[in-house]
Amino acid sequence: MTSDVAIEVEDLRKDYGEHRAVRGISFNVRRGEIFGLLGPNGAGKTTTVEILEGYRERTAGRVAVLGMDPGPRPIALRERIGIVLQSSGLYRHLTVREAVSHWAGLYRTPRDVAETIALSGLEAAAGQRTVTLSGGQQRRLDFALALIGDPELVFLDEPTTGFDPAARRQAWVAVRSLQELGKTVLLTTHYLDEAQALADRVAIIKEGAILAVGAPRELGAGARRYRVTWHDAAGEAHERETEDPTALLHELTGKALARDEQLYDLSVTQPSLEDVYLELTAEPGG
Amino acid sequence: MSDHALEEPVRRAHPQSTAVPWHQAAWRQYRLERKMFWRNPSAAFFNFLLPLLFLALFGAIFSDQEADLQVLVPGIAGMAVMSTTFSALAMTLTYLRESGVLKRVRGTPLPTSAYLAGLAGNAIANTALQVGLITIAGSLVFGLEWPRDWGALAVFVALGVTCFASLGVALSHAIPNFDSAPAYVNAAFLPVIFISGVFYDAQQVPGFLGAIAEVLPLKHLIDGLSGAMVTGEGLSGHASALLVLGLWTAGGLVLAVRGFSWESRNA
Repeated sequence: MTSDVAIEVEDLRKDYGEHRAVRGISFNVRRGEIFGLLGPNGAGKTTTVEILEGYRERTAGRVAVLGMDPGPRPIALRERIGIVLQSSGLYRHLTVREAVSHWAGLYRTPRDVAETIALSGLEAAAGQRTVTLSGGQQRRLDFALALIGDPELVFLDEPTTGFDPAARRQAWVAVRSLQELGKTVLLTTHYLDEAQALADRVAIIKEGAILAVGAPRELGAGARRYRVTWHDAAGEAHERETEDPTALLHELTGKALARDEQLYDLSVTQPSLEDVYLELTAEPGG
Repeated sequence: MSDHALEEPVRRAHPQSTAVPWHQAAWRQYRLERKMFWRNPSAAFFNFLLPLLFLALFGAIFSDQEADLQVLVPGIAGMAVMSTTFSALAMTLTYLRESGVLKRVRGTPLPTSAYLAGLAGNAIANTALQVGLITIAGSLVFGLEWPRDWGALAVFVALGVTCFASLGVALSHAIPNFDSAPAYVNAAFLPVIFISGVFYDAQQVPGFLGAIAEVLPLKHLIDGLSGAMVTGEGLSGHASALLVLGLWTAGGLVLAVRGFSWESRNA
């Protein structure tokens, strides 16, 4: 076990009765990285994260979070993690400042209350009761409460679901700021662009199984298939896929030169994470 | 950042422990619950003012009949024990569970027992305040004698609190969502206070209703309170009341612990 690993998951399984929600997944999250669990709804993302957070018992497998087993919910672990749940309630009759300040008292070495409120963009709302906050402001308060204990590791479960585009961009800035503070982040999302924009590495998960793990760029390259497209003189579009673009281009351009033709809009593209994601998570026959 | 750097200031702050001390956590939670209680007008009214309002209204009606007042004051005290614990905890826990506050709290280092102690402490403070106010009003406003057996009063209030608090927590497990919580709570609370002799002598309750009241805990709590406050019968005269309350408490505690859920089942 090296200490630069924040989360280790080995052959993790979780059954709900007959339903096998997580079917033997393995991955590691390194300290200081933003790791994304990307997959459609019902893929097992939240189940996996809630096992790591200590909310759920696992059926089988080995899990270590900051070197500890989260199953028995050790206080020493809860001191060092911050959790943003998909949805969680607030004490309605407290102000933002009172809520953050109360939460600070739950940890032995909390961050500064005013500084954390400022970092979460809630300075203007600090005196407001939480019941009066907008959806976006409540999410910021979720961030503030997850951060107030100065955790080493932050879990973000679907942090921007239901956000408008502007609010999502702001949330992304906040997530990146966690990394700048030296935190490790485990994030779940079903938004591909979110995983691509934020995560250093991504695990694509579907029906409780991990289909691919890697940096978003590597995942695209990992498919090793390139798409070559062009238009002919008549304006008709052509597309070829290949694992060896050099040879294909040589062949295409050779033929074109021999016939004295042009290949209009010739391009070679590597599949993006999006192509890989759609291919991996496609319904059979769909 | 190394682990060493993180741990160093902690050792100075809490040489014996790596976490916030239990009693400190429980005390902070208790103070927070008190603050929030007074800021929530509907809770403050239904759980706090309503029994006092009933005492004032019925007290005014019976103001010159000492025998009726001697029934009413311990009756309202029993009702106050039930509303500050049973009703309040069933509603509060349903809200906390369904809104996700419980789940959020569970993700922090706050020990579960310290959190629940803070919640229970808030309910107990309300009970103590109310029974105190009702006792004082009974003497100063309605001219009754001061309670004859303070020890028995303390025992019955403590047993009543434990009994109805555990039943309230147990009931919250059966309430599916917060919108239906008042219906569930009042469906239990209102019939019980009417048949248990809160507003009139339980002897006047018709036969089969009286039989039902006889197996429920509130009538026995009121009997015990009446013995302590009015007749001076003390504990020895109320062995059967203690037994019934004890049985309900035991059952309530088992159900409260067994069905406890930290999150909404619909989530």
